Amino acid sequence: MQQALIIDDSKAIRRILGATIRELGFDVAEAGNGREALEELARLPGPVRLILVDWNMPEMNGMEFLLALQGRERHPDTKVMMVTTETAIDQMIKALEAGADEYIMKPFTRDAIVDKLRLLGIVN
Amino acid sequence: MNLMNANSAVAAEPKIEPQNYRYLCEMVYRESGIVLDESKHYLVEARLTPVARDAGAGDLNALCNLMRAISGRPLRDKVVEAMTTNETLFFRDIKPFDALRQVILPELTAKRRPVQTLRVLSAACSTGQEAYSLAMLWKEMKIPGWDLDILGIDLSDEVLDKARGGRYQQLEVNRGLPAMYLVKYFQRDEAVWQIKSEIRSMARWRKFNLLDDLTPLGTFDLILCRNVLIYFDQPTKSRILGAFRGRLISGGYLFLGASETTLNLDDKFLRRQVASAIAYQKP
Ligand SMILES: C[S@@+](CC[C@H](N)C(=O)[O-])C[C@H]1O[C@@H](n2cnc3c(N)ncnc32)[C@H](O)[C@@H]1O
Repeated sequence: MQQALIIDDSKAIRRILGATIRELGFDVAEAGNGREALEELARLPGPVRLILVDWNMPEMNGMEFLLALQGRERHPDTKVMMVTTETAIDQMIKALEAGADEYIMKPFTRDAIVDKLRLLGIVN
Repeated sequence: MNLMNANSAVAAEPKIEPQNYRYLCEMVYRESGIVLDESKHYLVEARLTPVARDAGAGDLNALCNLMRAISGRPLRDKVVEAMTTNETLFFRDIKPFDALRQVILPELTAKRRPVQTLRVLSAACSTGQEAYSLAMLWKEMKIPGWDLDILGIDLSDEVLDKARGGRYQQLEVNRGLPAMYLVKYFQRDEAVWQIKSEIRSMARWRKFNLLDDLTPLGTFDLILCRNVLIYFDQPTKSRILGAFRGRLISGGYLFLGASETTLNLDDKFLRRQVASAIAYQKP
């Protein structure tokens, strides 16, 4: 099974996203902010195929997480998507420049998540 | 009639009488090709009850009486439009777009060097996401000196107005559109995402029924007609596929929806696997 990591300080969002991603056949790990996510990445045995990351979180936000990730070795198959209420174009550009492969705005639908994962070549 | 409405509002929602249901199904079929059978009762009631209300008819039986009494187009069009399914999204199914980018568009441009323009028909275009997806993909290919000329047709005025405006809600740009294209080709206007004029100007829109003679539309290098044939019966599908063949240049391509095919409907297209998609080529 492929590994996914969901990073959001809202438990409800982690649950909703987790259900969708599990349904698609992923093992799902969770983190409540960027710092926890980095710990989770260090702890997980195999490569992580998909990272879904919120922007606004305490301790370490999504943008800081992306930048931290840029400084590390990243598996070539790992795809990162921002899932956030930030809807300003400037913010999106910043996230893409910082290494996000995709970006989806909250609120999202289940279909919208699947469509984006299709774009990333993660689902058929 | 008003008295009847008052009564029926108190009683349970009145069901549509069988002969009226048949009347509606026949009218929708004649006007659009869309097949509604007995299993679609719920759909018909759900979609046409608001139309009936707008027309001042208390229920679907009254709506039918009204349509029989005044034979005008506007009401009939409203009924047909209400029975269409307009769901669409940017880069739907993605595979055809990969095939277009990697193989088909380069091939067609090699073929059409003298005119340096490709003409594309987005048939049953709905709110325009398919046409604009292709326009953005073409822009990204950066082929200097070439034009892509897209014509979107649909029988619903409402969807065409939206396509023409190129204004989408967040929920719509969230679906299927790469973020890279969103930031590059859209402007945000409060809650609305407006597609930029460099993309918008590549497409024209026209109200046109696929059941009508397509000759006035001219010829095309590429036809996209996805997720509409599923609503039609076999003879209608065959007729429309034949009409598309008539509108394609020799060597031109047709793309259908993921669950649609020419198999057993039209044996004159060449079925080609292109990248991960199926394309139908006119010999
Ligand atoms: C489900 S949408 C498909 C949109 C787009 N092609 C796609 O694949 O996403 C079907 C569209 O077909 C249109 N349609 C249905 N019958 C038609 C007809 N006879 N002529 C032209 N358009 C028709 C409807 O108005 C609707 O917008």
